[in-house]
Amino acid sequence: MTNQTVVIGGGHNGLVCATYLAKAGHKVLLLEARDQLGGPASTTEFAEGFKSSVAHVLHSLNNKVATDLQLGQAGLERGEAVNTIALSADGNHLTLAKNVVSGNGLSESDLATYANFKSDFQAYAKALEPLTMNKPPRLKDMDTQDKFTLGKLGFKLRFGLGKDNMREFLRVGGINIYDVLKDSFESEALMGAIAFDAVMGHHMGPRTPNTVLSYLNHVRGEIYGDQSIPKGGMGQVVNALESAAKKAGVTIRTNAKVAKIKVENSQVTGVQLEGGEQIAATTVVSNADAKQTFINLVGGRQLDAMFSHRVKSVRAKGNVAKLHFAVKGLPKFTGLDENQLCQRLIVCPSLRYAEHAFNAAKYGEFSKNPILEITIPSLKDASMAPDGHHVVSISASFAPYQLKQGWQQGGDDFIATVLSVLEQYAPGISEQIVAKEMLSPVDIEQQYGTSGGHWHHGEIALDQLFMMRPVYGAAQYDTPVDGLFLCGATAHPGGGITGIPGHNAAKRILSMGGR
Amino acid sequence: MVNTQRNYDAIVIGAGHNGLTNAAFLAKAGLDVLVLEKNPEIGGATISRELHEGWKYSNCSYVCSLFRPEIYQALDLGRHGLEVVPLQGSTTFMQNGDYFGSYHQGPINRREIRRHSKRDADAAVRFNADLMKWCRLIRGFLLRTPPDPASFKMRDAMEFAHLLKQFYKLSESQIYEFIRFFTMSIAEYLEMYFESDVILAHYSGGSIIGTGLGVYSPGTAYVLLHHAMGDVDGNVGSWGFARGGMGSISKAIAGALQAHGGAIRRDAEVAKINVSGGKATGVTLTNGEEVNAKIVISNLDVQRTFTKIMEEKDLPEDVVTKAKNFKIRGSSGKLNIALDGMPSFPALPKGSPLTLGHMHFTDTLERLERAYDDWKDDMWSQDPYVDIVIPTQYDPTMAPPGKHMMSVFVQYCPVEPEGGWTDEKRDAFGATVINQIADYSPDFKDLLLHAEVRTPREIELEVGLTGGNIFQGELTLDQLMFNRPFPGYAQYRGPVKGMYMCSSSTHPGGGVMGAPGANSAREILRDLGKDNTVPEDFGDD
Repeated sequence: MTNQTVVIGGGHNGLVCATYLAKAGHKVLLLEARDQLGGPASTTEFAEGFKSSVAHVLHSLNNKVATDLQLGQAGLERGEAVNTIALSADGNHLTLAKNVVSGNGLSESDLATYANFKSDFQAYAKALEPLTMNKPPRLKDMDTQDKFTLGKLGFKLRFGLGKDNMREFLRVGGINIYDVLKDSFESEALMGAIAFDAVMGHHMGPRTPNTVLSYLNHVRGEIYGDQSIPKGGMGQVVNALESAAKKAGVTIRTNAKVAKIKVENSQVTGVQLEGGEQIAATTVVSNADAKQTFINLVGGRQLDAMFSHRVKSVRAKGNVAKLHFAVKGLPKFTGLDENQLCQRLIVCPSLRYAEHAFNAAKYGEFSKNPILEITIPSLKDASMAPDGHHVVSISASFAPYQLKQGWQQGGDDFIATVLSVLEQYAPGISEQIVAKEMLSPVDIEQQYGTSGGHWHHGEIALDQLFMMRPVYGAAQYDTPVDGLFLCGATAHPGGGITGIPGHNAAKRILSMGGR
Repeated sequence: MVNTQRNYDAIVIGAGHNGLTNAAFLAKAGLDVLVLEKNPEIGGATISRELHEGWKYSNCSYVCSLFRPEIYQALDLGRHGLEVVPLQGSTTFMQNGDYFGSYHQGPINRREIRRHSKRDADAAVRFNADLMKWCRLIRGFLLRTPPDPASFKMRDAMEFAHLLKQFYKLSESQIYEFIRFFTMSIAEYLEMYFESDVILAHYSGGSIIGTGLGVYSPGTAYVLLHHAMGDVDGNVGSWGFARGGMGSISKAIAGALQAHGGAIRRDAEVAKINVSGGKATGVTLTNGEEVNAKIVISNLDVQRTFTKIMEEKDLPEDVVTKAKNFKIRGSSGKLNIALDGMPSFPALPKGSPLTLGHMHFTDTLERLERAYDDWKDDMWSQDPYVDIVIPTQYDPTMAPPGKHMMSVFVQYCPVEPEGGWTDEKRDAFGATVINQIADYSPDFKDLLLHAEVRTPREIELEVGLTGGNIFQGELTLDQLMFNRPFPGYAQYRGPVKGMYMCSSSTHPGGGVMGAPGANSAREILRDLGKDNTVPEDFGDD
C-alpha cells in the first residue's frame, strides 16, 4: 500500500489543504468530480460566449494562506477595493466602503456610528483570530494546543478588546443584528444594507438571533483586506491556487468523482471512484460537506448511530439562487455611472424588507420581493462576454432549497420575480437580456455536491460553530474514522472564500503525524 | 412638604413578589425595612382582584411554576398561608377534531403519545431525561449571583470556578448537548426528537410565552426551561395554582415580611430616588413626601428605574443609554373571563381530566411561527397561541358556586399596533381570541359573562411593567446571566452607592420565581456586613 494522501474535491479549501500537505512532504492526489477545479468559485460558460461564476466577489481570502502559498507569485492580483452600493429605487443610493459610508440624507450621527460600528466588529474579529486560525479547542480533555488557543483567546478578548468592548462583545455576540442596528442607527436604508450581509447566504432574517455572528463572519474578511473582484475575475483565484498546488507537487485529476470512501475497522483505506476504480490511501481529506462525507461517501453503517443522527440534523438548507443574465450593451441603473457599475450592488432597502423576504423561506416559498446582490463581472474581465455584451450576475435570496412547488415548477416564476425587482432599479434591463441561467439551491447541490446548496455548508449559528462545527466528534478536522479528515466550509470556521478551513485542516493532519 | 423623620435602613420600591421577597430577607436579617407600593393593593403582577362581582381573577400571572422552594422554606410561606395545588396535564386541540393530551401519569402519557406516533413515544423518554438534566444544571445557577467575566476579583474567579465545576460533572458530549440546547430554536431542537406535528407544537408553546421570538428563533429552547423548571423540580408543590389566586403568594411573602418587623405602605408612588453626594439617600413620593433610608432598592424594571424615577444627572452616561436600549418589548396579552358555567370541549372524551390542565389550540409549528410574523409587523396574531386554565375547578373560592373563571394568556400581542392602541382595537384583539376559543367550545360564548381584555398597554398602565413585558426584560443572550440587566451591573448593585436592583430585570429573570429579590438581598447583606439570611440552592444533586 502506498503512503498516499487523497483530497476529495478541488474547491478552494481542498486546493489549499492539498498544497500545504504537499509542501510538508505528503504525496497528494486531488480528485475533482467536475471537469474543472474551484467548485462554486470556478468560471463556467452559461451561454455561448458568456461566462460567470457562482461566487462572484472575493470577501475574505486569508492573508496567511495567500502568503504561505505565494498566491501573488502564482498570478493572483487582488484588484482594487469593491464598494457596496445599496440601491434605492429613486436613485438616492448609499455607498458603503470598509469604514466609511456616504449618501444623501444620512445623518451626522449615522456617518460617525458607521465608522465605529465597523471598527468594533473588525476588533471583535481580530480578537477571535486565535480561535479562527486553529482547530476549535475541545471543552474537556484538552491538549496543549487547545489550552494555548483558549488562553490566547481569553487574553485577546480581555486585553485586546479591553474591558468595555469585551463586555459589549459578550452581550451582542449571541443576538440578532436587528436589535443592534436599531440601537445604533437612524437610517432605514443603511440598516437594511448592513443587515444584508448578515442574512445573505443564511436561513435567517435580521431578527433571527445569530445574525450578529453571521455578520461578524462576513466582516472577518475585512481584517485581511478590502472586498474585491480580482484582476481577471474570480477564475484567477482558482488559477492561482491550482498553479500553487501543482508547484508544490500535488497531482490533480479532474472528472474523477469519488463514489465511496473505503473504511475497514474504523480506519480509512482509500476511495473508490464512480466507474469502480480503487485508489488506496492512508489519509483521506474531504472537502465535501459533512452529510456528503459521512452519510453518502462513508455510509451511516460505518458510524455510531448518534453521530450519524447528528450529521443528518446539521441545518444546511440553502436559500440563495444564482442568476446569470447575458445582456446586450451595458445595463443602465438609475443614478449610477459606469464606474459605479463595477461595484457590488445590493437591493435590501430596509430591515422590514429583508424580514419579509425571509418570512417566505420559513414556509417553503420564495420571497415576493427578494434581496439581491448584483455584479457585472464582464466589466472587470472582458473575456466573460462577447464584444458589446455583458454579464449580470445576481445572487438572489430567499429561494429555499425545499420550495413547496418544487424548483422545476417554480424556477421561471422566480426569474420573473427577480426581474421585476431588478426593473425597479434598472428600468428596461429585461429587454437587453439575450440569454439567462438560474441555479436554484437544488441545482447548486447537484452541480457542486454541496448538500442543500448551502453557501456555508451549514448554517452559521452558535449550535453549529466552533467545537460543534459541523458536529461535535468531528469538529477538530479529524473524524471518528481514523485517517479521514474534513477540510471544507463544513468545518470550522465555515464558508466564504477564505482558505482557513483548508489551512487549519492541514495543520491538524500534520500535527497528528499524517494520521 | 412633609419630611418623615424616621430614617429606614432600607426602602424597597414596589411590592411585587420580588420586592417583597427582598424586603423579607432584609427584615429577617434585622434591618428596618419599608416597602412602598403605588397601587392600593400589593402584589404587582402577582395579584388576585375582584373585577366582576363575585369573581376573583389572577389577572396577570396565572400559574405558579417557578417559585423557588428554597425561598418558600426560608420564609416559611406555608405558615403564612401559601398553598399550591398541583396542576394536571395539558392539551392541544387539533383542527381535525382530535386532540393531544399530556398527562402527569407516565403510562397514560405514553399511550397517548403512541396514539399519535409510536416513534415519538420513545423519543419522549429521551427528551424528558435530557430536559431534566438541563433543568438540574440551570436550577443550580438561579439563587447565585452571576460572576463578571471581565473582572479580576477573587470572588468572580471563584464563582466561575464553581460554575465550571458544575459543568465538568457532565460528560464532554453532554456539555456540547447543553450548549446546543441553550442556543437552538425550540422547533429545531424538538425536531431532533419528535416527528408528529401536534406533539412538536404542544411542547413548543412554552418556549414562546412572554418572548418576542418565534418557535424557529435560536435561543427559544432555553426559554422552555424557564417554564419547565418548576415542573420537573420533583417538588409537587412547585407547579400549580396558588389557592386563592396568585395574590396569595404576595400575601404570604408580605406576611413573612411583617412577621420579621418590616412595613408596607400602599398608595405610595415613588416619584424619584433621592441622590446626594453620589449616594442614594431615600425617595420622594408623588405627593411630595420624602422618606429617608440608608439604601434604596428598586423592584421596578431597569428602564423605569433609570429613566423615570432617577435623574440623568445622578447617573453615569452609559447607564442611561443602556437603560434606554434595554429590550423590554411586550409580546403577550391576557383575557380574564367570568363564565356562567363550565364550558364544554367536545373533542375531549366525557369526564376527561384534561380540562384541569392547560389548554391550547395551535397544532402546528407553522401556525405558531406565523403568529410570530404578525407580531413582528406590529399586529396582534390573527391565529394566536393561547394558554388557557380554569382554576375554579380546583379552587371554588374564586367564583360563585357553579360558576367559573377562565384565564387566557395570549401570544402574540404587540406593544403598540400601528397608530397606537385604542379601546376598539383592544376589543377587536379580545374578539379574535374569543372566536378562537369558541371554535373548540360551542357553548363558550353563551356562558361568557364578563371578559377583561389586557394588552401590553393595560399591563403597563396598571402593573407598571414597561411595554407590558412579563419578564421585565426579554430573555435573550444579551440579557441573561452576567449580561442581565446590563454587562457590568449584573450583581444587583446600581450605579449609585446605596442603590440596588431586585426586579425580574436582573438575573435570573422573569417568572414568579422570587430569585432576583432573594439574590439582591444577599448582595445587600454582604455589603452591610450582616449575616446572610438568603438560601442558595439546595444542592441536592
